[in-house]
Amino acid sequence: MSASEKNSLYLQKRAGMLTWIRSGEPLIWANGAAVSISVIAVVGLISLLAVRGFGHFWPNNIIQSGVVYDGQESAQLGVLVEEKQVSGEQLRSAGITLVGAGPFFNRMLFKQGNRDFLGSDFVWVLEEQLVDTHNPEWAMVVERLEWGNQYGFLHSVTVRGERVAEGEGVPRTWQAFQQAIAGSVAVREEIHRIERKEIGSINHGMEAVRLAERKLEMAGDVNPGALAELAEQRAVLDAEYRVLQQQLASLYDSIRDDRYEVRLVDGRIVDQAIAKVVRATLPNQMSLLQKMGHYVAKLWEFLSTEPREANTEGGVFPAIFGTVMMVLLMSVMVTPFGVIAAVYLREYARQGLVTRTIRVAVNNLAGVPSIVYGVFGLGFFVYIVGGELDSLFFSAALPSPTFGTPGLMWASLTLALLTLPVVIVATEEGLSRIPSAVREGSLALGATRAETLWRVVLPMASPAIMTGLILAVARAAGEVAPLMLVGVVKLAPSLPVDGNYPFVHLDQKFMHLGFHIYDVGFQSPNVEAARPLVYATALLLVIIIALLNFTAVSLRNRLRERYKSLES
Amino acid sequence: MTIQTHGIDMEALGRQPAQGLDDAGLALKVEGLSLFYGGQTQALFDIDLEIPRQRVTAFIGPSGCGKSSLLRCFNRMNDLVDGCRVEGKILMDDDNIYDRRIDVSALRRRIGMVFQKPNPFPKSIYENVAYGLRIQGINKKRVLDEAVEKSLKAAALWDEVKDRLGDSALGLSGGQQQRLVIARTIAVEPEVVLLDEPASALDPISTLKIEELIYELKSRYTIVIVTHNMQQAARVSDMTAFMYMGKLIEYDSTDQLFTNPGKKQTEDYITGRYG
Repeated sequence: MSASEKNSLYLQKRAGMLTWIRSGEPLIWANGAAVSISVIAVVGLISLLAVRGFGHFWPNNIIQSGVVYDGQESAQLGVLVEEKQVSGEQLRSAGITLVGAGPFFNRMLFKQGNRDFLGSDFVWVLEEQLVDTHNPEWAMVVERLEWGNQYGFLHSVTVRGERVAEGEGVPRTWQAFQQAIAGSVAVREEIHRIERKEIGSINHGMEAVRLAERKLEMAGDVNPGALAELAEQRAVLDAEYRVLQQQLASLYDSIRDDRYEVRLVDGRIVDQAIAKVVRATLPNQMSLLQKMGHYVAKLWEFLSTEPREANTEGGVFPAIFGTVMMVLLMSVMVTPFGVIAAVYLREYARQGLVTRTIRVAVNNLAGVPSIVYGVFGLGFFVYIVGGELDSLFFSAALPSPTFGTPGLMWASLTLALLTLPVVIVATEEGLSRIPSAVREGSLALGATRAETLWRVVLPMASPAIMTGLILAVARAAGEVAPLMLVGVVKLAPSLPVDGNYPFVHLDQKFMHLGFHIYDVGFQSPNVEAARPLVYATALLLVIIIALLNFTAVSLRNRLRERYKSLES
Repeated sequence: MTIQTHGIDMEALGRQPAQGLDDAGLALKVEGLSLFYGGQTQALFDIDLEIPRQRVTAFIGPSGCGKSSLLRCFNRMNDLVDGCRVEGKILMDDDNIYDRRIDVSALRRRIGMVFQKPNPFPKSIYENVAYGLRIQGINKKRVLDEAVEKSLKAAALWDEVKDRLGDSALGLSGGQQQRLVIARTIAVEPEVVLLDEPASALDPISTLKIEELIYELKSRYTIVIVTHNMQQAARVSDMTAFMYMGKLIEYDSTDQLFTNPGKKQTEDYITGRYG
């Protein structure tokens, strides 16, 4: 290289690997690649969950076909769920006789429903076995409260023991069926209301009377007047209960004789109760718009109703409610506690070896596996604290525990403990970043340290506190393992909030989306039916966590705007 | 009459007329004050000093000479520093402010302080000025309104902000912020105002405004100012103390100290031979 070239300010045209590396370009490419992989992973995850989960609610056409196997033909009716290419070798080794010669065969999974008559909801067939495939116009799907879906052809409708319509493929029969279903759904809703609300509150009252009685007994106070009063209360409740019972009986009676007959694809005609029908549709006759309407209705049902049939049908509302409520309670518990601890560590404690040790310990707490917190919560909160509370305040209810058993409060408290380090660390960070000039300014005006803290320092640290809370919520909402020990159940009989005093029942067990996923995915008796729900529930959990975070982030940004730090 | 100076032309400074000390009472009296940081390091050595009432007293000296440390002793700001220890006395109305029984908050209400960098709170202009009063439990709107207006007027800021008292104080310029901090300080009606290099972070025009303000304020408050800038000390102060390496070298009227310094070190410093 000549001297003039060496001193030139222009970029040297010395293209070599080393120059390229020194230019920093490879690093930029690597950064770009890392970001794209992350984005693809997130988008891929969300779309997989969305397609697998929310595709489930779409009303697919019902396919009827003959299945020929070993020279015998049987009829089949159902919807196509999944297709798979399987090698012939694998099929032959499974003992299946193949007609075609191709190396690969298309294997299809049909949902045929009618578990009560056909044995299983799902059936695998090879495409080559299918003959005469078509979509019969009047094929219907009936969603039932028990035994899953039913696929077949409507044969006749009987209302209150009187046959009102019959004949397949007749619009009148279908209309009569829809009317009868609407009537029975209304009656069922009424029954549900009475059972849940009115009988629920009577039970609540009865329990209160029983506890009052037991209390008197334990106090050795056998004041006949008080006892008589309680007995009177009980009599009133009993009378109310009998009236409701009669109402219920007559409601049940009114729909007991509503029946319909359905012709299954194998020719059997079976008699079914309309009282067990949730909804009946004719997907092959639906227009795209109707299908979309049906889709939305199904999605809403998923979000707003309780689960049925061992969580494989129906909705997840109690789980959504439980998740959100637990996270909110956790936030309410962890924020003041964490902030106070951080304030002490940063503002009041002398910065020495002890404080440093405590800080290290707190940071390490964040790394303790969550199940350990679960065990601690069960051992300390549930058995010790809860047991003590029971013997102090709820002794009348013993031996059945009130707080001495896993419940919403202990779950929230356990998660609050789990997320405490995050809040402490974030708050401390925020406190340390407040310029000392601002504190001194306040002190120089005659404010005490506490006044300075309360009026200037904490407001300025509030964005950092919110950051801590955001991280805490993100961690807590997705946590499942500790919850299994301290309060989550697969099916809670009622929501932790209802119309009975004291309205919020922190002692109750609750449902949680994370645990719901586990339960539906791995503990379900009907795996194929439950699988789409696993995806849908997982996506829902992600969305809910994102929403909770989004709320907290926007709140933080507003605070940040207000308490912009003094950078000038 | 032209004063013969050793380096500084007192007339060319545009100096405000200084006040005599004859009628000045005593605001603060420092007796044998020593300050230690962290046990070993000594920042101030046996300082004796008398601060006259309703006059401006300036502390000058090179960086690290202890002038800010001394200033922060007056309202016990050094209490906040871990391992800081004070020996000797500072008397205010014959009470030693380092006495155990002293209520530091009450002391700081009587001796206000303005810092080097403007440090408004992230609140509205109004709330910044009202802060000290609210701390004292004064929450009546009428009283606060009056005090805010009075203080902002006294700090020569009222006309610039009277239409936007509810806006954030962080939106003001640096010079305005510093005058806001002064307004905030005098809102609690202190007797002494400590100014720790109040104009060092400001542009020349804002500096000029602050200096004019200091001249206005001294009719009501005793002012102690620390400054790096000798011209500034000569312009605004009645008394000047020259400090070097934690010791008080010379303390005299500003005219005397700048025109006829008694010590060689002082002369070297003010003529710019070192520091």
